[in-house]
Amino acid sequence: MSILVNNRTKVLVQGLTGSQGKFHAQKMRDYGTNIVAGVVPGRGGSEVDGTPVFDTVEEAIRKTGANASIVYVPPAYAADAVMESVDANLDLCVCITEGIPVKDMIKVKRLMKTSISRTMLIGPNCPGVITPGECKLGIMPGEIHSPGTVGIISKSGTLTYEAVKQVSAYGFGQSTCIGIGGDPIIGLKYIDLLEMFKYDAQTECVVLIGEIGGQAEVKAGEWIKQNFNKPVVSFIAGQTAPKGKRMGHAGAIISGGDDTALAKMKALEKCGVHVVQSPADIGKKVAEVLKRG
Amino acid sequence: MNLHEFQAKGLLRTYGVPVPDGGVASTASDALRVAKELKGEAWVLKVQVHAGGRGKAGGVKVVKSFSEVYDEATQMIGMKIVTKQTGPEGKIARRILVEQATDIKKEIYLSFLVDRDSEQCMIIASAEGGMEIEEVAKNNPTAVVKELINPVTGMGLFLGRKIAKGIGLDSSLLNKFADVAHKLYECFIDHDCMMLEINPLVVTGDGDILCLDAKMAVDENALYRHSKIEEMKDYGELEPQEVRASIFDLSYVSMDGNIGCMVNGAGLAMATMDIIKSFNGEPANFLDVGGGADVNKVREAFKIILTDPKVKVIFVNIFGGIVRCDLIAKGVLTASDEVPSDRHIVVRLDGTNVEEGRRILNEGAEKSGLNIVTCDTMADAAQKAVRLAAGEPLEEVKKSPTKSAARKGGAK
Repeated sequence: MSILVNNRTKVLVQGLTGSQGKFHAQKMRDYGTNIVAGVVPGRGGSEVDGTPVFDTVEEAIRKTGANASIVYVPPAYAADAVMESVDANLDLCVCITEGIPVKDMIKVKRLMKTSISRTMLIGPNCPGVITPGECKLGIMPGEIHSPGTVGIISKSGTLTYEAVKQVSAYGFGQSTCIGIGGDPIIGLKYIDLLEMFKYDAQTECVVLIGEIGGQAEVKAGEWIKQNFNKPVVSFIAGQTAPKGKRMGHAGAIISGGDDTALAKMKALEKCGVHVVQSPADIGKKVAEVLKRG
Repeated sequence: MNLHEFQAKGLLRTYGVPVPDGGVASTASDALRVAKELKGEAWVLKVQVHAGGRGKAGGVKVVKSFSEVYDEATQMIGMKIVTKQTGPEGKIARRILVEQATDIKKEIYLSFLVDRDSEQCMIIASAEGGMEIEEVAKNNPTAVVKELINPVTGMGLFLGRKIAKGIGLDSSLLNKFADVAHKLYECFIDHDCMMLEINPLVVTGDGDILCLDAKMAVDENALYRHSKIEEMKDYGELEPQEVRASIFDLSYVSMDGNIGCMVNGAGLAMATMDIIKSFNGEPANFLDVGGGADVNKVREAFKIILTDPKVKVIFVNIFGGIVRCDLIAKGVLTASDEVPSDRHIVVRLDGTNVEEGRRILNEGAEKSGLNIVTCDTMADAAQKAVRLAAGEPLEEVKKSPTKSAARKGGAK
């Protein structure tokens, strides 16, 4: 088992003809992901590296049976592309695009809340999701992952790779790794994914990587305390971040008093989460709690 | 992106939001001209810098004669404003806003922001205007009224009346307040704002409503559709390195320490600063070269660090995903050619094309005599960077280049 994606996932790539779309589609194919279609409005009927391109998501689903999409569309059009996937009722849409205006994401989420579509969204501004050995739906380097029992949820891309590498170095593989993105308004959040990991028999431990800004980590901590019986290891980036400055991610800005890294670390610890202070200790802590269990 | 008060008020005026009459001045004689044009008997002079708490720092003055306008303006233009938000180095006030003074009967707090939890916009109000809302929320939480704004219907007048009632405004003011709140929201949403804060919004002696202050932050990601706002960007508010970074679309924040950091990914960049701190070092900056960095961008990023005089040691921490390590190595070498430096460069490369990256870096370093120290893990690299920055040329550090040379030899 695993969550979100597996070897039955059939992927369509929105923006397949762009340089990013083309490059990463090839990387995903190399990893073994089943890429069945591309969607580029106005380019229907063409092909990219053997994959057929369609004008609309709806048509691509009808002709290929795709059940998940990945979006590499430029920021000004990305929200629209996500809405097309939602409208077409795919199981999952992963939006890689960085730089989508928050107002556009408010519209996307409003559509998702009010429509009957079942589509789950990951991102935007994220590395995507990977179930090692089965399906890579994203831009992460596939080769650092290996199948196993640790689930990883993170706002950051490269910090997730760091965590994967450390966990692997201690001999533990991963069930599914998800980068949820560093924007203020995103699709699936920590709790949505923790809930899935709760019922995933393969997952024995979850690594939760957060950062400054917002209250998502604190809420996740409270939920974990009430509902989650597997060990959770956490690192919060931005302990040294100054107030009021945006640290790269649009969401990573300390605005109120209690969205600092320290406040989040304390809150998580109170909820029974194993919080590490140094990003270098993530793997070590996972090994510790798994051996103890 | 933050706007100055006078810029925000200019936008609000076009939406019919009542703001005091005024004009911006960059010299004392300018200020005098504005005051004379405004007429009246009293004026308020406010320094235009991106920082809260200007009043306490002496950046807001009420004056009652033209000679006072001139004298105070002379004092204020060019003064250094130090507040909690600017840090000890402060900010130079290059402009002041000259406004007609207002007869204030009541002060209210009002703001709009994007609420992450509900994924929509929120309006926040409090009867305790002029105070920091965080403090009011802490000490008197019932005084703070919040309402979510439906993105489809916008800020309905009914919602404005509800807020007005909630903060105890007089019945005669309900409609006026609702009208202003509606216009403020329209301006907020049309310009892709992340935050619009009116503190205070006042009721005047004549029973009118007026926005005395305005703080506006616009979503950087939406600037492509607001060219007028983008032109308002005040580069004078940024550190020289930050200006260079913004030209090359790099995410950079200046800090006080002496270890310059070049990292890919915002999360890893923050974590790099954290790990430096955990070994008792101090980062000189936050720098994320981003996902789609090419050699050019890496070179510029590295040059920004090289030209920062506070930097003693440079720490390159890259986990290649989309960014390839060989490309990072090339960028570092070209930048070092253009800005020669004998500072230590601690490099930790991992991920895509790591072997190639290390080879390029080590060969280049040998050729041009760069002080490069390569490390395998982030912790090891951070520790070495901190030691070198403290001026401790330790045994282990010296050994490291030999180790990598041996590895390189083996590869041949």
